[in-house]
Amino acid sequence: MAQKLIVIGAGMAAGRLLEEIFDREPGAYDVTLFNAEPRGVYNRIMLSPVLAGDTTYEEIVTQDDAWYAKHGVKTHFGCAVTAVDPTAKTVTDAKGGVHTYDKLIVATGSNPFIIPVPGHDLPGVVAYRDLEDTEAMAKLAKTPNAKAVVIGGGLLGLEAAAGMRIHGAEVTVLHLMPTLMERQLDEAAGSLLRRSLEEKGVKVLTGANTEAVMGDAETGVTGVRLKDGTEIPADLVCMAVGIRPNAGLGKEIGLEINRGVIVDDQMRTSLPDIYAVGECVEHRGQVYGLVAPLYEMAKVLAAHLTGDAEAAYVGSVTSTKLKVTGCDVFSAGDFAEGEGREEIVFRDAAKGVYKRIVLENDKIVGAVMFGDTADGSYFFQLLKDGSDVSDIRETLIFGPAFANGSSLDPMAAVAALPDEAEICGCNGVCKGAIVEAITSKGLTTLGEVQAHTKASSSCGTCAGLVEQVMALTLGDGFEKKTVQPMCGCTDLTHMDVRRLIRAKQLTSIPDVLQALEWKTSCGCAKCRPALNYYLLAEWPGDAVDDNQSRFINERVHANIQKDGTYSVVPRMWGGMTSADELRAIADVVDKYDIPSVKVTGGQRIDMLGVKKEDLPAVWDDLGKAGFVSGHAYAKGLRTVKTCVGKDWCRFGTQDSTGLGIQLEKRLWGSWTPAKVKLAVSGCPRNCAEATCKDIGVVCVDSGYEISFAGAAGLDVKETEMLCKVETEAQVFEHVEALLQLYREEAQYLHRMYKWLAQVGMEHIQQRVVQDAESRKALAGRFHFSQSIFQRDPWAERAKGAVDGHEFKPMADVA
Amino acid sequence: MFELFSSSWIDVGAVEDVPVRGARVVKTPLGCVAVFRTADNEVFALEDRCPHKGGPLSQGIVHGASVTCPLHNWVISLQTGEVEGPDEGRTTSIPSKIQSGRILLSRAALAARNAA
Repeated sequence: MAQKLIVIGAGMAAGRLLEEIFDREPGAYDVTLFNAEPRGVYNRIMLSPVLAGDTTYEEIVTQDDAWYAKHGVKTHFGCAVTAVDPTAKTVTDAKGGVHTYDKLIVATGSNPFIIPVPGHDLPGVVAYRDLEDTEAMAKLAKTPNAKAVVIGGGLLGLEAAAGMRIHGAEVTVLHLMPTLMERQLDEAAGSLLRRSLEEKGVKVLTGANTEAVMGDAETGVTGVRLKDGTEIPADLVCMAVGIRPNAGLGKEIGLEINRGVIVDDQMRTSLPDIYAVGECVEHRGQVYGLVAPLYEMAKVLAAHLTGDAEAAYVGSVTSTKLKVTGCDVFSAGDFAEGEGREEIVFRDAAKGVYKRIVLENDKIVGAVMFGDTADGSYFFQLLKDGSDVSDIRETLIFGPAFANGSSLDPMAAVAALPDEAEICGCNGVCKGAIVEAITSKGLTTLGEVQAHTKASSSCGTCAGLVEQVMALTLGDGFEKKTVQPMCGCTDLTHMDVRRLIRAKQLTSIPDVLQALEWKTSCGCAKCRPALNYYLLAEWPGDAVDDNQSRFINERVHANIQKDGTYSVVPRMWGGMTSADELRAIADVVDKYDIPSVKVTGGQRIDMLGVKKEDLPAVWDDLGKAGFVSGHAYAKGLRTVKTCVGKDWCRFGTQDSTGLGIQLEKRLWGSWTPAKVKLAVSGCPRNCAEATCKDIGVVCVDSGYEISFAGAAGLDVKETEMLCKVETEAQVFEHVEALLQLYREEAQYLHRMYKWLAQVGMEHIQQRVVQDAESRKALAGRFHFSQSIFQRDPWAERAKGAVDGHEFKPMADVA
Repeated sequence: MFELFSSSWIDVGAVEDVPVRGARVVKTPLGCVAVFRTADNEVFALEDRCPHKGGPLSQGIVHGASVTCPLHNWVISLQTGEVEGPDEGRTTSIPSKIQSGRILLSRAALAARNAA
């Protein structure tokens, strides 16, 4: 006689379980199916295509009334189970019906997590879980001028956003983390995904912390307010921040519960004859929200229930694909970096492709790809099988097409190009023209080829290709110019990178890494600070400062000392101070028990040994006395040292102190490739030592001598003369133009003298002295940059409003 | 199974409390511990002392699964605490895990540090 099987919940796991049981042993069970939702099993993961209008609900129903009738399933839809008596083995439903069972399956699925912010229960707030949610979103999105906010930039949230956008709604995605889908994607893929969604018209705000849903019970939702005060109007708010196993019924029954209903490898719960399957379970500490593991569990349980004693579920490795048209994203396994792990990164900037495979012990442990996911299942199979890939490693990233073939030779591809193939797009130079120039003129260096053919002399992206043509033409006679690449993450030099950031209009670090085909997924401690500077210098106001790419001193605006304490140097304009300022410094030293106070070489006062936690309070006290940061820690303007000038000195020719103060007030706060120190001396006796500074001004009777590129550190160098001018206004314009040219051209960490050695005096004098228009344009760009960056970082941090986390320990477990 | 509530792990805060590619400090009676979060949202904990000259690793730049010490640019593996590259040395690594968005550190490892 058939046993009585009661299934609570008609989701995808329960549906697959029934199919498997009927398939294996028809008639073994007499099935009763309960579902709180008023419908049977449908393919829930296809709700996104339903929302997008690519398919309909009817198309995604997997089990209809006829199917249930055929298999003799008694259905109770729209009818919840209210109680289970595991001793009597009975189930009571909401209508009072009592049903007995031999085996009971708990398949109650999961509940969407609703963030408990004010307004979360207003009309117009939906989750993205069932057909009702989908229909509500589709209806709203089709209304003219509809506005929707999706909270959560994970898989479901992005599918909801893209689906609503297709119907014309204005959609904003709010994501708490800095990277979209951060659990499945790395930073590079997340950034590409974001850009792709933005191109579709979906607005994306990351680091967005929702404070409240605005609106009232009568009119419903009107918008969302973030913790930073931003308000985003909305007619509908979709919360898609995650799911939680729905273990409520399991708990009432008395099953062992942690995050979900705890099951063993046969899907048995802690009570006899009661099983659980799907999203409501916790197996070996894992809970799952993707369909593949649910199907695997259902298959094991069906086998077990039909007498297969061997069947066991041992957990699942999952992969993810985003169902948004035009955003091809694939992710599987664990792609975090680590000891013993290697990564293979492939980037095709032109096609917007990013692929990354993580290997451990010659096996794939993770894969993430964007733009071209055709090989996703191939990599996933290798990952699940634990296949040794050492033999195919060289070409692994190119997928199965190359896996068993000969290794790729990039030279072969260039050799195969016809003579009329265009190599340099900017200047329209084809391969034949380059070959002809090399052979007829006997060219041997890239520079010569650039000079004669113009190939790769504009944006430079084809330089690698030109070198390959040279190698093919010259054979062993070609020696690639040995240049120092920026770091191990790239073959490009600092100068290449600066030029390409400009030519390709790259505005963020992930953009640079992708477009310039970086060999690592997120750079290193050498390239990140350089890239951050290049971007800020190139796109003031547009590029976002990446704090985590800054050295600690610039991150916390103080100088780290050998014992982990910090030193604090307030700005003293031109080296001038007063009794009030000195008193304020003395008070701070006493109050915070600062062990050392020292006068610096740049005419400032340095307080040494300040505890990191005290920094904001120290700055607050100094700020009240009128001090701003002295930037003694910055790759930026440090100090302007002055002598007392004609106000006091019997030899003084000009107001050197006043000029120094004015220069400092114009230049402070600017970020530069390396530190910049200035000095202004009032006469050629040069008491301010202006001729060993990055920029020095020496006053003479007839005006001002401006010189630059001095140093008194690792190298000692006297400055070289730039020009002589007659008025203070001319000093300002020339110095600002000079500093801006240095900011735009120099390599990161190169002080001015190294920049001069690289570009030559003629070039600098031409741009700053001879060409008045160029000088004015440079000074203009400097002024614009200063309008963005000339802010006191101490004042912003004194109240703890900015970067508060930098100064407080996370926890104290004393 | 109920590790969250047992005494073998200490909850030191939420994952979001640590900046991505950044670190925070946890104070303990035996000195500070640095808790790191990588770009891939993995969390690691190390003694906040570089094996070279005792630099506070929590203040370094995090790249991949490594941190560069702010004092002399030694690179330390976040997973093992070992110095990478030509230099040699090791800082104590403290077992950690993420559970329900919270960072948990091994109580035993925290307490055992100074014995070594």
